[in-house]
Amino acid sequence: MKTRYSYGGDEHIFVECDEEMSLEAFFKSLSITTAVKKAKIKGVTEICPANASFQIKFNPDVIKPSDMLKELKAIEKSAAKGKSVLKTRIIEVPVLYNDPWTHETLMRFRERHQDPSSTDIEYTARINNLDGVDGFVKAHSGAPWFVSMVGFVAGLPFLYQMVDRPRQIQSPKYLRPRTDTPKLTVGHGGCFACIYSVRGAGGYQMFGITPMPIYDPNQKIKYLKDFMCLFKPGDIVKWKPIDRAEYDATVVAVEKGKFMPRIKDVTFSLDEFKKDMDGYNAKLMGALNGR
Amino acid sequence: MAVEVIKPGLSTTVQDLGRPGYYHIGIPLSGGMDHFALTCANWLVGNKEGAAVLEAVFMGPELQFTEDATVAVTGAELPPKVNGEPRETWTSFKVKKGQTLSFDFLKKGARAYIAISGGIDVPVVLGSRSTYTLGALGGFKGRKLEAGDKLPVGKGRGAREGRTVPEKLRRMPGAPAELRMIPGLYWHRITEAAGKQFLEDVWKVAPEADRIGYRFKGGKPLEFVPRDPPFGAGSDPSNIVDACYPYGSIQIPGGTEPIVLHRDAVSGGGYFMVGTVISADMDLIGQLQPHTPAQFVEVTMAQALKARKDRAKLLEKVKAGL
Repeated sequence: MKTRYSYGGDEHIFVECDEEMSLEAFFKSLSITTAVKKAKIKGVTEICPANASFQIKFNPDVIKPSDMLKELKAIEKSAAKGKSVLKTRIIEVPVLYNDPWTHETLMRFRERHQDPSSTDIEYTARINNLDGVDGFVKAHSGAPWFVSMVGFVAGLPFLYQMVDRPRQIQSPKYLRPRTDTPKLTVGHGGCFACIYSVRGAGGYQMFGITPMPIYDPNQKIKYLKDFMCLFKPGDIVKWKPIDRAEYDATVVAVEKGKFMPRIKDVTFSLDEFKKDMDGYNAKLMGALNGR
Repeated sequence: MAVEVIKPGLSTTVQDLGRPGYYHIGIPLSGGMDHFALTCANWLVGNKEGAAVLEAVFMGPELQFTEDATVAVTGAELPPKVNGEPRETWTSFKVKKGQTLSFDFLKKGARAYIAISGGIDVPVVLGSRSTYTLGALGGFKGRKLEAGDKLPVGKGRGAREGRTVPEKLRRMPGAPAELRMIPGLYWHRITEAAGKQFLEDVWKVAPEADRIGYRFKGGKPLEFVPRDPPFGAGSDPSNIVDACYPYGSIQIPGGTEPIVLHRDAVSGGGYFMVGTVISADMDLIGQLQPHTPAQFVEVTMAQALKARKDRAKLLEKVKAGL
């Protein structure tokens, strides 16, 4: 894992922790950006961790780009010694897989897809050797996912599946991006899942939809009153497959201010996780049920 | 005091100097695309430089005033009229209670900044009044203006009329527009010949050019250095493991049409970038109309910082001359 630094014009430094995605690269990015935040370097205006990289925006009138670079390199050295342990939370996200809204949308943009004769979920199941839609849902919701980046648009989480590489679901992005994606679509591109926080353009495969809003600029939704975006990097997500009746009931509960997402505080240790992924995941998911 | 929107124009939004600090969760800076013009407009009417103004794209709105105010229009050459009588751009003028501010056709540039003494007084959201339309955040109800909107305006004494920014102190892109950039980020993904060609080609602003990003077309497709795709990136040679996008970064999906991200940037994604337009030239992009020819010009960090200083000095001169 080799760190690569690059200037992004005169106001950014872009740092690639690794060319490929891994939880190690993510933890490196998270630990360095956490240390940069603590260092309170004058002139820094934005600290943005991403999947396997991060970016710092600064005011070059306050700190010279070359000095900023030196600071970051020094922080990288000391942060590398840190342990990959994170106090975080696990959040249950209900999903109606194969829902009518993403289905309508994916049919509308079928000519932009690799396989116009099947749906996104059927196609992804097939290329990942999963047993149809049911096999796909089992694999997708069976293990938790790590929020390794928040961005693209407001509050959109990128999620990384917490299983070994051979079991990770992978899919290409649409051949040409769609101009429309329903709000709260659960999508997938490369090895990443995402939840589209707002309606708009998108290129990820579409598998389902959640009734649980994750971004509310008006902050009227009860659990988004403290902050308008639900997710932050390091959160862990457990998908919960639901049926249409539960979907409809949840939508009504959200509208009435009666829905609260299931969220539990957990500690995540990368070393412990790597020793026994399935066992560790079972414990993490158990926390949601008070175990 | 309020201003009533009679006609909204094509896409008129409330903007100030932006909303830093939330890019890590995908909420971009927003703010006027041309900070230079926005700042001048505010100074001309006696506002602080970061007061909220209206950014009008290609076409001006029609606004009725409920009280007297000082107004200035900068940026694009979008000639203002008060009750049908022409007024100068880059120059402060009075609009009296009951009068209507409207605009003639666009002569030059793309975005005009309409400052009103006291500033547009929409609520401050996450530290700014700027509109981020994609996230329905800030500005006037999180959207572009519509007919019938009543815009609140703050209290301000209002500068005298006739204050002006001399033509030689205004900043507009040349023809072709030269956008200075520092190569970097994933520049190594394209061959040396492709890098040279990218800088030599004269590109044209595509119709898909907005506050999120400006797309350019007409150059030759770029050749990539062969590789085995890194895990998680995707199979296209232009794919990377989804990463942050700097403001001004130049991504080239599929190696064909460069997109320069601007104030409403998507904060990250999976396309490689060849470098970043320098901060001093970000203002100029906001003034490019579709089909305008443009060229990317390679500069060093030292040249970028010098350009940034020159821009700041020019603003100081504007201020000193008022």
